[in-house]
Amino acid sequence: MYNLLIGGAAGQGIDTTAAILEKLLKCSGYNVFTARDFMSRVRGGHNFSLLRFSVSPVYSHSNQLDGIVALDEETIRLHKDQLKEHGFILCDSKLSAADSRLIQLPMAAMAKTLGNPRVAGSIAVGAVLKLFGESLEHVGTVLHTFVKQPFFDINVQAVQDGYQSMETRFSHLPGPYSAQMLVSGSKAVALGAMAAGLRFYSAYPMSPSTAVMEALAAKADEAGIVVEQAEDEIAAVNMAIGASYAGARAMTGTSGGGFSLMVEALGLSGMAEIPLVVIDVQRPGPVTGLPTRTEQSDLKFVISASQGEFPRMVIALRNPSDAFYQTMRAFNLAETYQIPVILLSDQYLGDATATVAPFDPQKIPMVESGSVDAGSGEYLRYRYTENGISPRLIPGKSAHLVAIDSDEHDESGRITESAAVRNQMMDKRMKKLEGLQRELQEPEFMGTDDFEILLLGWGSTWGPMEEAVQLLNKNQPGRYAALVFGDIYPLPQQRLKEKAAKARCIIDVEQNATGQLADLIRETTGIVCDHRMLKYDGRQISGEEIAERIRKEELK
Amino acid sequence: MNTETFQTHETAWCPGCGNFAILKCLQSVLKQLGKDPSEVLIAAGIGQAAKTPQYISANAFCGLHGRALPAAVAAKIANERLTVIVDTGDGDSYGEGGNHFIHNIRRNVDITHFVHDNQIYGLTKGQASPTSMLGLVTGVQTDGNFNEPLNPVLLAIACGAGFVARGFTGHQEHLKALMKQAIEYKGYALVDILQPCVTFNKTNTFAWYNQRVYELDASYDPADKIAAMQKAMEFGDRIPIGLLYREEKATYHQKNAVLKQGIPLLDKKTDFKYINQVIESYI
Repeated sequence: MYNLLIGGAAGQGIDTTAAILEKLLKCSGYNVFTARDFMSRVRGGHNFSLLRFSVSPVYSHSNQLDGIVALDEETIRLHKDQLKEHGFILCDSKLSAADSRLIQLPMAAMAKTLGNPRVAGSIAVGAVLKLFGESLEHVGTVLHTFVKQPFFDINVQAVQDGYQSMETRFSHLPGPYSAQMLVSGSKAVALGAMAAGLRFYSAYPMSPSTAVMEALAAKADEAGIVVEQAEDEIAAVNMAIGASYAGARAMTGTSGGGFSLMVEALGLSGMAEIPLVVIDVQRPGPVTGLPTRTEQSDLKFVISASQGEFPRMVIALRNPSDAFYQTMRAFNLAETYQIPVILLSDQYLGDATATVAPFDPQKIPMVESGSVDAGSGEYLRYRYTENGISPRLIPGKSAHLVAIDSDEHDESGRITESAAVRNQMMDKRMKKLEGLQRELQEPEFMGTDDFEILLLGWGSTWGPMEEAVQLLNKNQPGRYAALVFGDIYPLPQQRLKEKAAKARCIIDVEQNATGQLADLIRETTGIVCDHRMLKYDGRQISGEEIAERIRKEELK
Repeated sequence: MNTETFQTHETAWCPGCGNFAILKCLQSVLKQLGKDPSEVLIAAGIGQAAKTPQYISANAFCGLHGRALPAAVAAKIANERLTVIVDTGDGDSYGEGGNHFIHNIRRNVDITHFVHDNQIYGLTKGQASPTSMLGLVTGVQTDGNFNEPLNPVLLAIACGAGFVARGFTGHQEHLKALMKQAIEYKGYALVDILQPCVTFNKTNTFAWYNQRVYELDASYDPADKIAAMQKAMEFGDRIPIGLLYREEKATYHQKNAVLKQGIPLLDKKTDFKYINQVIESYI
């Protein structure tokens, strides 16, 4: 397993260099995981990508580096302590640092000689390939997808020049991953939505959720999707609801601040029983918080957002595969139960790319929009039924009229203040929770059944949790296990109760300051976590950090 | 078509309210246009006027306060075969929904917007609305309203709306003609309809409007934007009613690459061959 950091100031091309490299490494057979850490600025500052590649699965980042590609001195200063003894720091000859691991290469001068200073990044790509014992086999194919035709030849030349200027330090390892996908969480959400038959996506740009909108917009014309940039998040969510009411599968996406604006309309989806899928790509709050960083602090907010009571479903996404299939499933749940379904992602998952098995859209059969059957007699949009689900006709698709109201309403959708109807309507809507209970997917269990210590987590910490269990069990096989929740509200309880009963100690691991999952678990099941390991600095916890913090705690 | 098309229902409005006239005109115009109720969607937010969709037999979307426009334009985007009408009040349209008002003019989705403009908040019992006149004393504006009233027709013309009209509930034949033209217009059409609030607005009464309004005649050219803006600013001793400005513009459906193909969005099928191609592009 190798771990490479590419760092520099915003605007220096870190993202492109990392994207080209990760694709080349995947094509040569590696399993790749790239985490992206950047500041909320367009130029300057300090940004980096962490590229981890291995011939066995890697699901998260590591801060122990084999190599650093430094585009500025700041990168060397900030990260050299994370570099292993035999690691390297590749940088331009103009940069200097008192470190024996430094490899200086006149990349800027070489690029200038080639005729374009902007190909310095490609020189670095070539140098890194050689350092890790790679061939130049896939360079042509990969560069075609990143570089425009007029600049293709010069970039290929730059990669070759960089390659020839280096000596190999690490040997190539043959891995089986070349036919896998390399995709980020946010792009996987967009693909899942497309495969689910999305027709309308409305959103207001907000980091880190914009990646979903951009991925959809890039394919919208060919996929037959309307992507509309709304004037604000209130418009975005109300547009999605209007489109869904009229029969187009609809979704909106935002981060916590935008979700705050969407809250009232979330209740409209619940009250008027109009299917809605919303993704909240979380970032640290409160308010503007740390705009480009990661956190899991919106859980309690989204499970209770909006006044009054209505059924809803919240699914936390754990990795890009999960993001794809759960997004598809979210549309089915929203359609079947005529409720809002909220997907919780975060900056770490949204922006990180990972190697995954190619997605299969056929795996999730999709439910059609609207009911086929209007029921017998007069059409009643909110007919009382056994399971609380009423026939949802699409306006204009039959002779029946479809009336919806945010006021309490009777079966025909007309406003009412009748106490009896109010009770019946509330009961009808809340009845859908019984159906939802049967849909719940239990959290993923990592470990073996003879464990003593149980870690609990949710969403994007899935990768770090998996690694932490492995690391912790190295010396004490089987002692540690973990449960990582995807479906999180309503909370699936069966496996949790079963494992909690066996655990000698339960440690809650969350990327927030209070332990929101631990609170939810205690409220729902009475199970109390013995420890809460929390992190809220905006940087994703790694498997190594979880393991280290647990070991330290145990030594006390 | 049966005779009960667009039948109206018992309302919760005060006797003498201007809403009755607008409801009657709306019903009459929809019948005149030969629309089937199942192809008509009437949307509103919250307020007294916003109850209109409740009182007429058509598809009805009674959503959130101020948010009728985004829901309605998206419904039209989803199904271009629906005739979409937002029929609601001045508070809903210009106050709580002001941002959507501006930006949906820019979108130019082919919907019609009828605003019951009585220059007061009715449902919340008589506070100033965005169009309330200076000096209007209410339970909240106890010293008299001192905020400049919004001029919705001037704002709409300035924002680039292609159909901007003003009507009055006292001139019903005239109002019907405006409403009909507005529905037939391809693009976003605004009709700001002056109406009395008999309970809460004792200043802008039926008589007050009736003395001041005058119908624009054939000598007025609604294609002249500058003249239209000047006319739109006339609101005092004399208030012009009629089509203030008209311009043919590309609609949202004509501008959007997916919608311009002419297949209603909700009827589009997912092309799995294409989806698989996209998936493969990540390999």
